[in-house]
Amino acid sequence: MTDVLIVGAGPAGLSAAISCAERGLQVQVIDEFMRPGGRLLGQLYQETDGSWWNGIEEAAKLQDKAASLGVVLKLGISVIDLNQSEDGWIVYTSTGILKAPALLLATGAAETACPIPGWTLPGVMSIGAAQVMTNVHRVRVGMRGVIVGINVLSMAIAHELELAGIKIAAMMLPAKNMINKDVGDPRKVMQSIVRLGHLAPSPLLRLGSGLMRYSSLQSLGLHLYPKRGFKVWGIPVQLRKAAVEIEGIEKVESVRVANISPEGDIVPSTSRSLPVDFVCMAGGLYPLAELAAVAGCPFRYVPELGGHVPLHNARMETPLAGLFVAGNITGIESAKIAAAQGSIAGLSIAAFHQVSGTEEDLLESIQNLRITREKASIQFHPQVADGRRRLESMFSENFS
Amino acid sequence: MKYGRVTYHPVLGTLDKRESLRFLFDDQEFEAYKGETIAAALLANGVRTLRRHEETGTPRGIYCNIGHCFECRVTIDGITGQRACLTVLKDGMNIRSGEMLPTPLKKGAH
Ligand SMILES: Cc1cc2nc3c(=O)[nH]c(=O)nc-3n(C[C@H](O)[C@H](O)[C@H](O)COP(=O)(O)OP(=O)(O)OC[C@H]3O[C@@H](n4cnc5c(N)ncnc54)[C@H](O)[C@@H]3O)c2cc1C
Ligand code: FES
Repeated sequence: MTDVLIVGAGPAGLSAAISCAERGLQVQVIDEFMRPGGRLLGQLYQETDGSWWNGIEEAAKLQDKAASLGVVLKLGISVIDLNQSEDGWIVYTSTGILKAPALLLATGAAETACPIPGWTLPGVMSIGAAQVMTNVHRVRVGMRGVIVGINVLSMAIAHELELAGIKIAAMMLPAKNMINKDVGDPRKVMQSIVRLGHLAPSPLLRLGSGLMRYSSLQSLGLHLYPKRGFKVWGIPVQLRKAAVEIEGIEKVESVRVANISPEGDIVPSTSRSLPVDFVCMAGGLYPLAELAAVAGCPFRYVPELGGHVPLHNARMETPLAGLFVAGNITGIESAKIAAAQGSIAGLSIAAFHQVSGTEEDLLESIQNLRITREKASIQFHPQVADGRRRLESMFSENFS
Repeated sequence: MKYGRVTYHPVLGTLDKRESLRFLFDDQEFEAYKGETIAAALLANGVRTLRRHEETGTPRGIYCNIGHCFECRVTIDGITGQRACLTVLKDGMNIRSGEMLPTPLKKGAH
């Protein structure tokens, strides 16, 4: 008999599995990927103290701990649908039906598209696809490429590709269009990377925050910003150039690049073709929350968390009995935070199963999450803590 | 052009020796290593196009590589709509790319 079913074997799902199993619950974790670890697997960056955050090693630690506690892990299985019954949750998967009184959704994040003409050509992929291909599958995505979209994630992955010996000719913005708004606006992009500068893992971001501490200097900064961009790890970062179109017949052959004004408007007659054999699109991340919607969980729109998120409280409970959420499904943050949320969810699930003596640990784990968040070395949105507080008060206004 | 593998990595280390296996993609035989996905093995062999768009016939390859976008769908041993980025290869697998389909009901198609 399974006490709790966990969808997603990323840092959130595995940490929750560990904390449930430590309190004696029978836990089953399912994931559609072929390896446990979720998006942790692809991560590889230097912490501010210079040490490496190696996602493959971190995932192995979580997997080993879960296995030693008797957690049942099933891979290569997709959850397609679910519904609530009198005695818990019924989960429909690609290989059959599973049931459990408690269900944790820890499905993580997906990438936001930032389309430009030609983006369906073979050789164009999301930045995360390149990360996983390089660091997890260890296959080269190409010889020389460009990254379209400048943000914390694409900067980190640019470095990872260079480490693997894959040449990045340049990073630039996607041309502004009806879909690409802020991601194609140099001022907005500059602001968002500068605001994250104090915890930046990269020299550019640190340099940027030093140069542009005051917001009034930011537009000045852009005017002064060298037209050819400046280099980070040898990669030209070009806030004043945009990819207008990806060219090629059967696959990527080149990218048409034009100069843009500080507002992101194309400067006429400045475009030229840059030959490349792959292109990575980086539009940012949003919570992958379809299963919570299918379950009937109410949602709220919280931009600081990356968009629409399932309503939940600090204990990772949703308003639906026996349904819990943890990790990036609740808002975009780094893997350490997802793991800390997973531990909370696990304790909440133990409390749901009336395991005695969990309350104190639960309060402590909620406190630990706050500390982890304050110390985070990668942050996707500078106001994430405000977004979290707002969501919690929306929960208590409606359900308590 | 074959893109090949990231055999050496300054932080992640050198790839271990793995057993090799063979599979068919649109009747052509390819070699891969045990544990690789269809998408990874094809890319290492220089194949980017996994299907043609059902309506327009334009070429498509992987986009997200983690199962979200379904751009990589192929037919595996007769079963359609399988994601090449999530499917681990087995020796002797027979994979077919998706092809352009007739659109008889579309305006102007007949
Ligand atoms: C492409 C990508 C790259 C990222 N890179 C970084 C980075 O470099 N640094 C960083 O700090 N953060 C990165 N992140 C953010 C990342 O989401 C967090 O760091 C962390 O991994 C979130 O943990 P999680 O457990 O919530 O979700 P994840 O780690 O995403 O794990 C979720 C798991 O759920 C599984 N799943 C989802 N839906 C289903 C379903 N229907 N059926 C079965 N299984 C399902 C997935 O296969 C996945 O294994 C990245 C995110 C993405 C999407
Ligand atoms: S590439 Fe997106 S689902 Fe396979």
